[in-house]
Formats: sequence, structure tokens, C-alpha cells
Amino acid sequence: MGLGAKPSGQQNAREDASELVKWMRKNRRALTSTLFLIVMLIGFTAANTEVFSQFKIYRSVMISLPSWIFLVVPLVFVVTAGEIDLSFPSVVGLSSYAFVSIVDRGGDPLLGIAAALVVGVVLGYINGILVVRIGLSALVATLGMNFFLRGFINILAQGFSIAIPEIRGTFIHSLMTGDTIQIAGNQGLPNQMLWALAFTALGVFLYNRHSFGVRVHCVGDNPESAAEMGIDVNRTRIMVFVFTGIGAALAGVFSVMINFVWWPTTGDGLLLPVLAGLFVGGTPTWGGIGTVFGGAIGTTIVAFIETGVIAAGLTGFFTQFFYGLIIILSLIFQRFNGGRVR
Amino acid sequence: MKNDFIIELQDVTKSFGNVNAVDGISFGVRPGEVVGLIGDNGAGKSTLIKILSGVHQPDSGQIIVRGQEAQHWNAARSRESGIETVYQDRALVPQQTITRNIFMGREIKNRFGVIKVKTQYEEANRLMREIGFTSKVFDPDSPVATLSGGERQGVAIARALYFDADLIVLDEPTTALSLIETAKVFGFVRNVRERGRSIIFIGHNIYHVYDIADRFVVLDRGKVVMTANKSEIASAEVLMQHMQEIAEMAHADAEPVGA
Ligand SMILES: Nc1ncnc2c1ncn2[C@@H]1O[C@H](COP(=O)(O)OP(=O)(O)O)[C@@H](O)[C@H]1O
Ligand SMILES: [Mg+2]
Repeated sequence: MGLGAKPSGQQNAREDASELVKWMRKNRRALTSTLFLIVMLIGFTAANTEVFSQFKIYRSVMISLPSWIFLVVPLVFVVTAGEIDLSFPSVVGLSSYAFVSIVDRGGDPLLGIAAALVVGVVLGYINGILVVRIGLSALVATLGMNFFLRGFINILAQGFSIAIPEIRGTFIHSLMTGDTIQIAGNQGLPNQMLWALAFTALGVFLYNRHSFGVRVHCVGDNPESAAEMGIDVNRTRIMVFVFTGIGAALAGVFSVMINFVWWPTTGDGLLLPVLAGLFVGGTPTWGGIGTVFGGAIGTTIVAFIETGVIAAGLTGFFTQFFYGLIIILSLIFQRFNGGRVR
Repeated sequence: MKNDFIIELQDVTKSFGNVNAVDGISFGVRPGEVVGLIGDNGAGKSTLIKILSGVHQPDSGQIIVRGQEAQHWNAARSRESGIETVYQDRALVPQQTITRNIFMGREIKNRFGVIKVKTQYEEANRLMREIGFTSKVFDPDSPVATLSGGERQGVAIARALYFDADLIVLDEPTTALSLIETAKVFGFVRNVRERGRSIIFIGHNIYHVYDIADRFVVLDRGKVVMTANKSEIASAEVLMQHMQEIAEMAHADAEPVGA
């Protein structure tokens, strides 16, 4: 710029183009996973156009996907901060146990949600203390917590599941998991998907625009530098664990609301798909950078694999095979976005 | 002498394991003065200024800020009270943008913590121009990892200048810089002094330090072994001489007794 006298139509066009290029470069990890999702869906559609041109299959994915998204969003913060949290499956289980216990005794569902959130926050805080204050390895400590909490759940529940059919028809249940927006026939968009989208948007905002997210980036990038510039590194680290506890509590509440049942195993199957979605989405393992939107896309990719493989006419025996194949392929694509810069 | 220090350390100590990095140092900085802090590698200079800037907690001793003993002194507090430090390691986060690095720890934000992204970008842009970043290759959104060593040092210094601190601490700011870049750093220092701010300048080049400082503090193995005003030292050569004597004394200390 600078030469103001120039007629600037052409120059603007060039600047716009470079703005677009800059935007694409900045979001390349999220764009890669989005592109991958689109290509995968096109592949599935080619394999079974009949099924993949109907809303039904997308709706079936949207039933359980939201719980994964409530987990992956805070986990992006955790990994960006240079930590890991493997305890979330059991935090889902224990916080939703608090919810279901209250509702089962005739308590207000809102009170149940509050209790679940308290459990999530406390457990997240305990994880944070173990890792940050006591100095245990995040990998080992949270893995230990996952076993410990699941054991605790089993002792509490003595193998019994808890059903809460009475929640059906309550205002809070329809608000959270009803089908407010009707799409095709009598098939609606599950509200939990909208909540998950709102949660993702909140996560994107916190991650990029709020000082919490920005400090998480700095701490994961170089903790010594962050401390030298006056960032409370330990507090930031503890907060990402607490955030994961909150996400796990929400995931647990939604999961129980959708199934009307709490099982002692609730949350158990979440570890691998959510972590796979996180990394497939473009957040690298080394800390300092990541993408919340990509994480949501990554879990969507993972959620579609199983549905897609079956719908494409393959037997269930192929599911794991494609699971692995697609995860590795997408990680190879993410690899083109470069390694760690110092 | 009247106690008009901006910040003063009284008898501070700090050890790492059995290394007494700072071993009972009293030291202060007055408004408008440039203190040259010199000493061999490992003398304790960086540790001393990290106590001052709140990165390290001293094992003992007091920190007095504008006449008041500081409680719970930490890096955030020291920045709030007008001390900015350019650390020897530069304290950058290389995967983040230049803007994010400049405002790290002191973001421009509203009271809900929402960062004013546009303001930060514009301020960073202005600052980069001011310190002479003219490259078209990078802008405030470029990651610091794309910058050269000198440019990174420029970001670290720009950050210290931005907040208009009363005291700027520069820990070996010219290491690994080209001659032109070094000259630029000295330009900054003079500029800051002309605005009546104080500086602590740590350098390994005695001639540079002699040029720029009003007062010299020499450290050796965690202790202050010499303090002198510029008026007491005729030339850089004389200062060099003192440094050599100190080094020889240290050497003599290390000799086995009765040799
Ligand atoms: N974080 C640390 N951990 C352990 N030892 C340290 C640490 N920082 C400094 N030291 C030791 O303290 C002594 C003084 O170091 P430093 O203050 O960096 O010296 P200088 O800056 O004068 O070269 C050295 O022996 C150094 O090895
Ligand atoms: Mg040093």
C-alpha cells in the first residue's frame, strides 16, 4: 500500500486474494479435516447412494455424536496446553451417575445437571492437582484416574443400571434432546446436535479470542516463556483439566437423556473414538497449536466411519479395519501441514 | 544515600541444588539510570534479574518496590508495577503470531477477558514499523518461528518498549545479533534513557556496557564484587582491567591452599 494515488481496484483484488490465502494457511489443519470428511462422505455416497442421499443416516449419526463433541472441544485445550486427559470416560460415568441418581429419586433434572457439573469440575480439578501440583505424568495419572473412578462407579452401582423413563416429556428433556427443527417426514434435527454446535462455537471463541485460550496456546508452546511473561502456568494447566471435567459432565448428561438409562459402563467406549477424532481433526500431539473446529470435524469423521461401512454394504467385520485405515490416512494428510516449528 | 530506588533487593539469595546462584546480593535501581550488570558466565546475572522480575522466588532476602516491601512478588506483579524484561532466552512462543507474542501475559482485553484482536493487531503493526520491521514477508499474524534471530530479538524488545515501563531489563540483548541490529538495540536503549526510564543492561561486551551505562555492578559467583559510577572509571580499558583482576582473584581462590 502506501501509494495512495494509484487506482486501486486491481490491488484490492490482489489483497483480497492474499487475505484468503492467509486465512487458509491459518486454518489449514481444520480445512484438511473438513476436506477429508467431504471426500469420505462422497465415497460413501458413491458406494450406497440410496442410503446416503437420505436424511435418516445423518440423523442416526447426530444422536451420539454430540456427546463426543462435548468431550473433544475441551480436550483440544488440554492437548494444546501440552497435557493429556485419559480419565474422561469415567468422569462421564460418574458425573452422569450424579445426574441420574437425583432424577431417579424424583429430583429436579436441573438440579441433577448442576450436580453432574459439580462432579465434573471436582474430578477435573483433582486431575489438575495430580498433574500440576504433585507433578505426576498426565498420561499415567489420568489413566490411573480412569481406572480408579470406574472402580468407584462399580462399587457404588453394584452392577445395576438406572433407568429414568420419567424424564421423557419434561421441558428440560425436550429442550436438550427433542427434535425442535423438523427436516424430512417426521424426522427432526436432534436438539443435542444444536447444543453441541453451540458448544463448539463457544470453544472456538474461547480458544482464539479469549485470554484463557490464548494463554493455553502460550503455555503449551513454551511454558518457560509464558511464565516469564507473567502467565500463571500452573493455574492455566489446572483450568484445562477442569474444562474437560465440565465437557465430560455435559457429555454424560446428554448420553443418559438420550438413552433414558445409566449403565455402570456409561462413557466406557468413548476413549478411542474421541481421541482419534481429536487428532484426525488436526490438533498435533506436541502442544501450542490445535483446532477446536477441526476436533469437532474429526469426531464427525470417526462417527461416520462405522455407519458408513455398514451402509456401504460391508459387514461389521470391516468396521475396525476401516476405522484404522481412515484414521491413519487422515493423519498422513495432516502431516502435510508441517511438523513443529521452533 | 537517599533511598529513591524504583526497585531494590536486600540481601537476596537463591540456590539451585548446591549452586548458590545468588549469594546475598543487595542491589537497587534509581529512576533514569542505566545500570550495567557484568560478570562471567554463571556469575548469577540472569538469576538476579529473574528474582527482580518475579520469575524466581528468592530463598531469602527482601524485595522492595518503590519503598514498600513486595508481598508475593511474581512475574505478573512486576510487569504491573512497570518492570519489563527482555530475557536472555527471549521468552517467545514461536508457534504463535507476532501479535500474540507481544501481548503475551498482558493482552488488550475487555473485562470479560475477550481479547480486542483488531486493536492488538494494529498496535503490533505500528510497533513493528516503529522498530524498523519493513519486510513484506511477514506481518503481525506471522508466527515468530518464521523470523530470524535478530527479528525475534526485535519482537522481545518491542514488547518491553510497548508497555512504557519505568524499568527495562535487558539480559544480553545483543548476543547473536549482527552489527546493524546491535546498533539498533543501542538506539533503543538511548531512546529509553532519554525518556527518563531506567535500564539494567547485561552484556558480555565490556566496551558496550561501558558506553551505555551510568553505573556498573560486577558479579562474581553470586556476589557483588564491585560497584562503581562511570565517573570513577576512566575508560573501558580500566573497567576491563578491574574485570581481569576479579577473574584472577577468583582463580587464586580456586587454587589449592599452600601451592
Ligand atoms: N533454573 C536453573 N536450574 C539450575 N541451575 C541454574 C538455573 N538457573 C541458573 N542456574 C545456575 O546458576 C548459576 C548462575 O546462572 P546464571 O544466573 O544464568 O548466570 P549468568 O546469567 O551470570 O551467566 C549457574 O551455575 C547456573 O548453572
Ligand atoms: Mg545469563
